[in-house]
Amino acid sequence: MEEKIKSIIKTSGNSPDRLMDILLSVQKEFRCVPEEAVSLIASALGISEADVNQTKTFYHFFSSKPVGKYAVYLNNAAVSGMMGMAEVADEFEKQAGIKFGETTPDGLISLDYTACIGMSDQEPAALINSVVFTELTREKVKEIVAGMKEGKTVESMVPEYGDGNNAHPLVKSMVKNNIRKAGPVCLGDYDAGKTLSKALSMNPKDVISEVQKSNLRGRGGAGFPTGLKWLFCSQESGERYVICNADEGEPGTFKDRVLLTERAKMIFEGMTIAGWAIGAKEGIVYLRYEYDYLLKFLNSILDEMREKNMLGKNIMGKGFDYDIRIQSGAGAYVCGEESALIESTEGKRGEPRNRPPFPTQSGYNEKPTIINNVETFCSAVKIVEKGGEWFSNMGTEESSGTKLLSISGDCKQPGVYEVEWGMTIKEMLDMVDATDVQAVQVAGPSGVCVPPSQFSRKIAIEDLATGGSMIVVGKQRDLIKDIVLNFMEFFEDESCGSCITCRSFNMILRRMVEKIVEGRGIKPDLDNMVQWGEIMRNTSRCGLGQTSANPVSTTISNFRELYESKVKDVDFQSDFDMKKAIIESCEAVGRPPVVHE
Amino acid sequence: MSKPIIATASLAGCFGCHMSLLDIDDRILKLIELVEFNKSPIDDIKTFTKQCDIGLIEGGCCNTENIEVLKEFRKHCKILISVGECAIMGGLPAMRNGIPVKECLDEAYLDGPTVGENKEKIMPNDEELPIITDKVYPLHEIVKVDYYLPGCPPSADLLWEALVALVTGKELEIPYELIKFD
Repeated sequence: MEEKIKSIIKTSGNSPDRLMDILLSVQKEFRCVPEEAVSLIASALGISEADVNQTKTFYHFFSSKPVGKYAVYLNNAAVSGMMGMAEVADEFEKQAGIKFGETTPDGLISLDYTACIGMSDQEPAALINSVVFTELTREKVKEIVAGMKEGKTVESMVPEYGDGNNAHPLVKSMVKNNIRKAGPVCLGDYDAGKTLSKALSMNPKDVISEVQKSNLRGRGGAGFPTGLKWLFCSQESGERYVICNADEGEPGTFKDRVLLTERAKMIFEGMTIAGWAIGAKEGIVYLRYEYDYLLKFLNSILDEMREKNMLGKNIMGKGFDYDIRIQSGAGAYVCGEESALIESTEGKRGEPRNRPPFPTQSGYNEKPTIINNVETFCSAVKIVEKGGEWFSNMGTEESSGTKLLSISGDCKQPGVYEVEWGMTIKEMLDMVDATDVQAVQVAGPSGVCVPPSQFSRKIAIEDLATGGSMIVVGKQRDLIKDIVLNFMEFFEDESCGSCITCRSFNMILRRMVEKIVEGRGIKPDLDNMVQWGEIMRNTSRCGLGQTSANPVSTTISNFRELYESKVKDVDFQSDFDMKKAIIESCEAVGRPPVVHE
Repeated sequence: MSKPIIATASLAGCFGCHMSLLDIDDRILKLIELVEFNKSPIDDIKTFTKQCDIGLIEGGCCNTENIEVLKEFRKHCKILISVGECAIMGGLPAMRNGIPVKECLDEAYLDGPTVGENKEKIMPNDEELPIITDKVYPLHEIVKVDYYLPGCPPSADLLWEALVALVTGKELEIPYELIKFD
């Protein structure tokens, strides 16, 4: 083991900021990160075992005990639940003879749940040794587990390949793109290298002002003006970095996965243009581990671009040196938050930093850094190609251009749609052929649950902002149980635990929703939940805690009658159960569990 | 008008909150002019002899007797106040929550370094003894609590200000120092 680990450390760069890569390789090799590895890594990198352990224990896909030779991670996000995850889980348990959270005694199969893996338009889906299996059914699970018992490779169990680059020899995945509507920006015509060549003949300042002219705003969800971010960073001195946020973790989003599959060059080209504009020499793509199946393919595209002199030294003969590397994540929603993403890229726990300083002032390795979403870089390419004005003529006053929507849930045409900002929810529902809609969850769990009375609202940063996640919830669903409770369980799991309110209130709110679902809720619970959500919003450092009460607060405000029909109209009700509370100690001391009242 | 009646009790607490109440020093003479005490360690009245206006409870609930006393207080007091960390959140005794009760009892009566001789491995199980509950519960999980006075213990000034405000009907003005704990 020692030799193997030493060689992994050596090939990964032997530096503390590559700890993520080292741990990923160790996990892959040994199916866990054993104690022995922790001390070897610590001494090789010159850091403490605690440093290694805190990174190791932070991420979902690192484990202390070995996962199975076939490690199944079934997605338990809300949409997966809506599409029949419970049956699939039941079949996995039956066929493997173990429960979720367990490994078979022979170490062959382990079953675990995981948060949204970016396949909401083809659920229920699972990762098995980082190979994606979509649209699972009881039948398919039977075949898969039988294959495992025969010792087949996971790759050979993929029944057929998806469209486009999903069938590429380095991808070979059954994932489907489901591009239902291509727009003029990200999914329209694209001629690799054309815009880069144009940009490199422009003054970097002019590139930035073109992006500013377009009014492009960040596509990850927060909507910060991209040109301004680039300008701020370009005004700093010294080394600078470009980071592409491909940690698409908001449940219900999968449009970046499609861009990574079909527009990889465009993303890298956008990053290179950004590097030219701000004066950076290095770009980093932070790729969520769930998209690990695309890693080889993406690296091959980078190689191809290096060969064509679109990356590397003296790009296109214009005297500009720039290269891109891909940093893999290891399963943590909070790493989508830009400062947590930087921490993770440096090999640490993905805990958000205090701001200011903002990343444009002090980011990766404390150097000025811009972090933009995958889609933002693609948009920037078109803006430089066709001009800021062309772009700003699309969309609304405050939200220019187009937006990729990942639409899933109860509709007949789930998939990716590139539409101009400003579309109403009603228009969107017609577009995806959805009827009998109870609600639309806009922008994922951290967004807003919109009732039919508000379906004339617009999808735009000034009205209903979204990073792309749109979940259609049909009337047949139990909104509180299937959606709200699922979202709160998700946030409880994904809170990094740094801020006290986020750490504890997500758990408390989840319990309260559970209480209501189980029929034990009382009326004052509703106002309490809203108030506690407000406290969490005001006292959390990052976007996670600032928005994680939204599933509760937006549904209580938009679907109050539904809640009121489920809670008792009393002031107080105790859940305390005396009989249950005394069993344990009576057994321990040997006396009858009887209370004389 | 007759004076408001106060009752107090310490459940799974350390009596520190009661000590803090004594720390109001000579103001205790004023307090006696303002209120009358009923069931309380302060006057050693063991059982309620009449309905009370205010119940002050320190400590959480770690056994059946605590719960019984708490429910008695709720029955007999118009206003019930959780006093101090243990009553509000379980406090130090709640450190055992999360450890199985059997493990705690084994440590206390069989395996702990201070156990001494217990060859027959006797655990206290006389029927007269209260039964330990699976966890230490804060008061508001058992009965409705009207007010909370935080602190470990709440300072004498906080207890004084709160009580005077409550019995005189004046608005409670708490200086920041009284509820600042770090």
